[in-house]
Amino acid sequence: MWARVVRLGLRARLGGCRGFTCKADPQGSGQVTAETIEHLERLALVDFGSREAVARLEKAIAFADRLRGVDTDGVEPMESVLEDRCLYLRSDDVTEGNCAEELLQNSHRVVEEYFVAPPGNISLAKLDEQEPSPRG
Amino acid sequence: MAAHMLRWGCAGRRWALAYVDGGSCHGLGAPNDFTLSGMKGQSSMAPQPLITAQKPRKGEHEWAAVVGLEIHAQISSNSKLFSGSQVHFAAPPNSLVSFFDASLPGTLPVLNRRCVEAAVMTGLALNCRINKKSLFDRKHYFYADLPAGYQITQQRLPIAMNGSLTYGVRVGTKRSQVITRTVRIKQIQLEQDSGKSLHDDLRSQTLIDLNRAGVGLLEVVMEPDMTCGEEAATAVRELQLILQALGTSQANMAEGQLRVDANISVHHPGEPFGVRTEVKNLNSARFLAKAIDYEIQRQINELENGGEILNETRSFDSRLGCTMPMRDKEGKQDYRFMPEPNLPPLVLYDSASLPSGADLQQVINIDYIRERLPELPSVTREKLVEQYGMLPEHSFTLLNEVGLLEFFQNVIKETRAEPKLVTSWVLNTFLGYLKQQNLAVSESPVTPSALAELLTLLDGKVISSSAAKQVFEELWKSKSKTAAQIVSEKKLELMEDREALEQLCQAVMEGHPQVAMDVKKGNLKAINKLIGLVRKATQGRADPTVIKKILEEKLSS
Repeated sequence: MWARVVRLGLRARLGGCRGFTCKADPQGSGQVTAETIEHLERLALVDFGSREAVARLEKAIAFADRLRGVDTDGVEPMESVLEDRCLYLRSDDVTEGNCAEELLQNSHRVVEEYFVAPPGNISLAKLDEQEPSPRG
Repeated sequence: MAAHMLRWGCAGRRWALAYVDGGSCHGLGAPNDFTLSGMKGQSSMAPQPLITAQKPRKGEHEWAAVVGLEIHAQISSNSKLFSGSQVHFAAPPNSLVSFFDASLPGTLPVLNRRCVEAAVMTGLALNCRINKKSLFDRKHYFYADLPAGYQITQQRLPIAMNGSLTYGVRVGTKRSQVITRTVRIKQIQLEQDSGKSLHDDLRSQTLIDLNRAGVGLLEVVMEPDMTCGEEAATAVRELQLILQALGTSQANMAEGQLRVDANISVHHPGEPFGVRTEVKNLNSARFLAKAIDYEIQRQINELENGGEILNETRSFDSRLGCTMPMRDKEGKQDYRFMPEPNLPPLVLYDSASLPSGADLQQVINIDYIRERLPELPSVTREKLVEQYGMLPEHSFTLLNEVGLLEFFQNVIKETRAEPKLVTSWVLNTFLGYLKQQNLAVSESPVTPSALAELLTLLDGKVISSSAAKQVFEELWKSKSKTAAQIVSEKKLELMEDREALEQLCQAVMEGHPQVAMDVKKGNLKAINKLIGLVRKATQGRADPTVIKKILEEKLSS
């Protein structure tokens, strides 16, 4: 079932919007269209189907949109946010692992020593019903 | 009238559509006699024969195939690329997983120095430009065996670029010549491996083992400079030998330490490249060659019949011998690459730019690694040709068969026989027996010492070459006996009694007067018949050169 959910999610043609900020209000209110929500659902296979979830998303976008106010004229883009740091190299020693029991406790479902992959929370029937939005 | 059929062949850089009428081919033969004809009892998925009633006009059906490879080699290291958990094949599921590998919140990547050194070594061995500064990126995709939802890779600026790999392809009717070809290396990058998914169709669930998640990989991207399956397989084998010589990867395809994806397209010479397909997860050189050749044939077939090639991902079914579309790869992936925020740029140095007083555990000196590169397969082959006077194709065989070079060198060490004799026996008799019984060199019942002793006896004219073959057969069957024991038990020593040999020669001549007369009349080849009869009478224990000498003396008197 899981594999089929992934397949269907990937098969669906994505909407015209390639990133949600383009659909948000340029003033920074973070308004999100239904088309954007559908696009995100198809990428993540996570159902945003509640006002609360959409409101939280809009709030996050509005928060990030404040960055638009920063004047970046003449500022060279950085290759990395840690550009001024040295990359630490560790020696090739085994220092971790052997904690399967502890890790498997975090899993919703386990079979023997295996994690069981959770299905996406958009049901197959619902995904089949959804018409892929036309390309912009 | 026999049905007319079309067949394609890879001869160097052209796939020519050749005309076959009832078995007579007016064109190039396909590699391994590969045809697109359907066979009785074949699966419906297998390709169907192409039927035509007309001879194609000259040049009308000429195709050029283009093959590029992406190769993932698992780095030989004790621990993973960004975590301190162990790298080990076939451990219990999820026993070699750290919190970082499982992507628990708050965990951070810490780069393994050994993996960087392995990438630099490999880049140098493949004539690449090593980038003094390289960057890490996140490649996002949604799959259960990738718990973070992204893979750390080097998309923008990889560790090594613009290299080349030279490999030898066997050509000629007996495939006895070797011509060298070069494939350009676009880039080599460091990246994490993903975990393993086991699909349990019975219970409709997917089980996840994260032992492999985070293991260091070298991705070697080759430019599309190859034209058929054999070239690709040979290039991969050469890369495998280089990685093994460097110690940067064990490159064992059976254990998934070397995984190959092939990009394949066809076009008419002089025209732009065609639409390419990608054949994924090819895990043996033989299947790689078969998959590529099949896919080239399939694409030509499709285009000749007015169809079109889809830009799709396919997998190779080794049982059916054909490629099929992968249903779970239908959507075009948007990987949403972004710089890895938790890793600064990777900066490498050379001797000139090395900062004074730097912590040597924290800097990697490209020149230091270059000076310590081990001998590469191409150099080993040159030495073999020079040292032992063997043909270049023999040196290729010695290196390409796992463990054969070591076996050969051990025999050389322990025998007094000439290197040419050793080469001949190792490559013909010994390797022939192995192939016949589908054994690896390590599984051979004949040890290097046993073969060395046998060749010393042969070289010292204690036994004849036919007796040596008998001894070898006995050695193959029984590990407990030495060559000398077998020789004395079976009384296989060369006859040293000249008088007895002369009597035998006389008896053979008298028994075959017509043959003796033919020799006297000038038919010198007829003497070989007499030599054979004498050898038969001595059960191969007489030296043919001595027999020939005696017969010539008797026949000339």
